[in-house]
Amino acid sequence: MKLVTREALLAFRRAPLLSALSITTIAFSLFTVGLFGLVALNLRSALRDIEERVEIVAFLLHGTPSETVTLASQDIAAFPEVAAVSYVTEDQALERARRELVEFKDAYRDLAVNPLPASLEVRLRPGNRDARHVAAVAERLRGFAFVDDVRYGREWIERLDHLRNVFGVVGLVIGLAFAAVAIVIIGVTIRLTILQRSREISIMRLVGATDWFIRGPFLLEGMLKGALGGLLSIGLCWIGYTLFRSSVPAFAGIVFFGPQHLLLLLLFGTLLGLGGSLLSVGRHLREVGGRAERRAARRQQLGR
Amino acid sequence: MIRFANVYKAYPNGALALKDVTFHVSKGEFVFLTGHSGAGKSTIMKLLFAEQRPSQGDVKVSGYSVPALRANEIPRLRRRLGVVFQDFRLLEDRSAAENVAFALEVTGARSDTIPARVMRVLTQVGLAAKSRAYPRELSGGEQQRVAIARALVNDPAILLADEPTGNLDERATRGVFQLLREINAGGTVVVMATHDLDLVRQTQYRTLELRDGQVVYDSLEDQAR
Repeated sequence: MKLVTREALLAFRRAPLLSALSITTIAFSLFTVGLFGLVALNLRSALRDIEERVEIVAFLLHGTPSETVTLASQDIAAFPEVAAVSYVTEDQALERARRELVEFKDAYRDLAVNPLPASLEVRLRPGNRDARHVAAVAERLRGFAFVDDVRYGREWIERLDHLRNVFGVVGLVIGLAFAAVAIVIIGVTIRLTILQRSREISIMRLVGATDWFIRGPFLLEGMLKGALGGLLSIGLCWIGYTLFRSSVPAFAGIVFFGPQHLLLLLLFGTLLGLGGSLLSVGRHLREVGGRAERRAARRQQLGR
Repeated sequence: MIRFANVYKAYPNGALALKDVTFHVSKGEFVFLTGHSGAGKSTIMKLLFAEQRPSQGDVKVSGYSVPALRANEIPRLRRRLGVVFQDFRLLEDRSAAENVAFALEVTGARSDTIPARVMRVLTQVGLAAKSRAYPRELSGGEQQRVAIARALVNDPAILLADEPTGNLDERATRGVFQLLREINAGGTVVVMATHDLDLVRQTQYRTLELRDGQVVYDSLEDQAR
C-alpha cells in the first residue's frame, strides 16, 4: 500500500504539466456539471417558494359553531397530505378584508351585517402540492356538512405541475449529458497519462507485476485527480456564483450548494477519476496483454 | 528447464514465424540462438516469457506450460525469469538502484530487504559505485549492466537475453558477455539470441541456428552424432 501511494504521488511529480492538465480538465468538466446543478437548485427553490402558496380554502356555512370547526380542523390536520390548518372566523375575515382590500374600505366600514363567511385554510405538506393531491383533499373537505364551498387555484396548480415535470425531464437530460461529457473527457485525459507511462507498464509486466498491482497506483492517481478536480470545480462554482449574484441585482437571492451537495460533487469527481482510470488501465492492459494475442491465435486455429 | 515441442507460431497475417521447432535446454546450460533477423529468435524469446503463445505445440518453461497459462500465472512465471533486451528498457527517471529495486517492489518483496539485495546485484555487475546515476548518465554498456542487475535481482532460474550486445561497442560487448558467462557459471540457465557470430565462435557453448522459423543446426546434436 505504501508503494502504491508512493508511485501515485510520484506520477504527479514526474509529469506535473500533464497532471495539472488532467486536474484542470476534470475541474472544468465538473464545473459545467456544478453550474448546471446550481441553476437546477435555484429553480427548484424558486419552485418551492411558489409551491408554498398552494392553499385550499374551505368556506363554511354561516352559523357553524366554532367548537364543531375546531374539532373538524383537528381531523383535517390529521390527513396525511396536510401540513397545517388555520381557522379564520367571520370577524377575522372582515378584518382582513378591511386591511387588504383598501379600495373597498368604505364599503366594508358601514356594514351592519358581516357578509363574509368563516373559512378553514389548509396547507399541504411538500410533495403533496400537486393537482392530484390538492383535488383529493378538496374533495374530502367538501364531505363535511358545514362546508359550503371549497376553492383552490386549479388551473394554476395544474400549470405548476406541468412546469415541475418539464424542469425534471430537462434537468435530468441536460445533467446526464454534462456528466457523460465529463466522463469522456476525464477518460481521455487519464488514457493520455497511461500512454505516457506505457513503457513503465510494460517493464512492470516484464518483471512479473500482477495486473492488479499495476492498476493500483493508476487508480489512486485517478481518484486523487478526480478529488482535486472536484475541489477546484467547487471553487470555480463559488466564484461564478458570487460574481453572478453581485452583478445581477435581480438574482441577489440565489442560493449556493449545501454541504451535502458539495460532498456529492467531490465524491462524483473522485468516482469519475476512479472509473476513468479503471477503464483506461483495463483497456491498456488488455491491448498490450496476452488476451488480444490469444484471441488472434484462437481465430487462426479456427480458420485453419 | 525449457522444452519446445513441435512449436508453430503464426503471425496475424498467417505467415509462419516458427515452423515445427523442437528443442530442449537442461539445467546450467548456456545456449546461443543465432540466425538472421526475422529468423525467429525474438519469437522464441517472446514465447519463453509468455509475451506470446504458440499457435500450435507446447512450450514448457521452468515447470509452466505456456499455452495453458492462465492470466494470473504469467506474472508468476516471469518472476522466475530474467529478461534483457537490446534497448535496455530502463526507466529514465529513476536511478540505477531504483530501476533494480523496482523489479523487487512490484513483486511484493519485503521493503527492508530491498536495499541490500539491490546493492548485491549492482556489485555483481560491477556498478556499485554508480547506483545513484540515472540511465542518461551511464554508457550503453553500463545501462545494459543495470538491466542485467534488474533481471538478476529476483534470483531467476533462467536469464533470457535478446540481442543484449546489439547496441554496444566491442569493448562493452565483451564486458557484458563476460558477465553473462559468470552468471551462467553460477548455475543460471542463459539463453542469448545474437547475430554476433564472433562472440559465438569464441566459446564452446551450445548453438541453435534458426532460418525462416526452423532450427537448422543444433551444436548439441552435431556433437552427439
